[in-house]
Amino acid sequence: MTTPAAPWLFVGTIPVADFPLTLAPFTMKETQLFSGAHSCPVNRGTPALLATAFLTCTYLGSGANTSELYMLAAGDTGKGEGSRQVYQRLVEVLRELRPRGITFHYLLPDVDWHNRVLLEIEKLPERPLLVADAGYMYAAKMSGYAASYDLFTPDIGELAFLADETAPHPFYTRHFFLADEEQAEDLIVKAYVGSNAASHMLVKGKVDRYVHDGKIVETVDAPDVPVLECIGGTGDTLTGIVSGLLALGTDMQIACSTAFHINRCMGLLARPTPASSVVDLLAVFPLAVQKEMLRTKV
Amino acid sequence: MTLLSRLRSAFSGSIFSGRLSPAQDRRRAEPSANPNAEAFLTFAGTGEVVQAESILQAEGLPARVMAPPATLRTGCDMVIVTSLMHAFRAVSILKAYQLTPLQMTPVGEDLLEPVSLFQHKDFGDWLMVRAANMKITVEKASGRIVNASGGGCPDVPYLAAQLIGKNIYETDSDRKDGQTLCGYALHLAAQELRRVQKSAGG
Repeated sequence: MTTPAAPWLFVGTIPVADFPLTLAPFTMKETQLFSGAHSCPVNRGTPALLATAFLTCTYLGSGANTSELYMLAAGDTGKGEGSRQVYQRLVEVLRELRPRGITFHYLLPDVDWHNRVLLEIEKLPERPLLVADAGYMYAAKMSGYAASYDLFTPDIGELAFLADETAPHPFYTRHFFLADEEQAEDLIVKAYVGSNAASHMLVKGKVDRYVHDGKIVETVDAPDVPVLECIGGTGDTLTGIVSGLLALGTDMQIACSTAFHINRCMGLLARPTPASSVVDLLAVFPLAVQKEMLRTKV
Repeated sequence: MTLLSRLRSAFSGSIFSGRLSPAQDRRRAEPSANPNAEAFLTFAGTGEVVQAESILQAEGLPARVMAPPATLRTGCDMVIVTSLMHAFRAVSILKAYQLTPLQMTPVGEDLLEPVSLFQHKDFGDWLMVRAANMKITVEKASGRIVNASGGGCPDVPYLAAQLIGKNIYETDSDRKDGQTLCGYALHLAAQELRRVQKSAGG
């Protein structure tokens, strides 16, 4: 395996049964993700995450940066075979790959495999930056090692899950529907008191919150596009942007803040309806980046 | 204790190997005289749990999905809880459907209840229903599913691809293709959406 020094690794699953186990760089063109001879649509899930990270490094980095992005993924429609292949391969290649950062995404939550992976990561000479979203964030919390992570990306409901020390999955979270924006501060405190939070958190909601060690450092509430809640994959695009920025070496707070703004701007510029998809949002990604550059006067 | 040593000790413990302590084994084996006593059935996968719930309810037996006891949790788990009195009948029925539970165990500790409330959001021509961490949206006039969002298990993007564009009354993909807790929550949201649409004359 020939890989660039310290790549950024994305670990997840592709929502089709026959996508083979793949550890390779990837590219994105129009509405398709490409890796070697394989391709898939980018409309949701890990493909949407990968596509957005690729666009982020393309428009906010130099062209060469995208070759440092690697995907480790396999087809999985929920039965877990692809997830297990990915877990196994990850444990095998971590020492050789020595990634500078890892974004964990849609994987069947499995505490046993999670702990094996974390054990291998702890053995690396230089600890990579660890970002966990989706199913892997659930596994990280359930394992009791949430504090080993650098960034979690929960929505308000998932924040309630992190705050509930007994819940093994958001499906069993107590008082899930009492979790609203007004309770966010309380839920954040509970998640940190129970050691069920990463050191940084990007809490998605009507108001987005960047949290560091239990303190809300920054909030973003505009532009407000309520229909984004209906659109599957908008959380994946947010994690893709923040991961792309971290892969470019951006400071954590700036990466989270920029990701909030670009994701919201895509929602504004695409003029979506509840029937839109992330493909519609990604089409305006370059414009959203320009708008963000004007906002920050970069 | 370092993180590494904590992880090592975790692997030698019973939680991650799925074994129970002798005390837990004794507790499980004690018969219950309580007529309201319950038992839970465990299965190889969550997809089988969803099927088992439908079958048992169709046969008139009490059956509901809950989280397994903490000692048996491995990740994305759920079990079927039924009455202890009917548990053996339930197992026989399921076997007839080629669905054999891994084990039947009397409930010996409080099991976690799944989220059972639904949230509705009206977006004019569209209606979104949320169950736990999953959301599904339909076009009111046609009943066409236009989006599915939320969740973190790998069947969620797959289910979304199966459901989007289909009529909510003409697809049962949410019931038969879901494999995880997120998939099950999406199924509950879809059922609620069917109920709401029907009562609204949609």
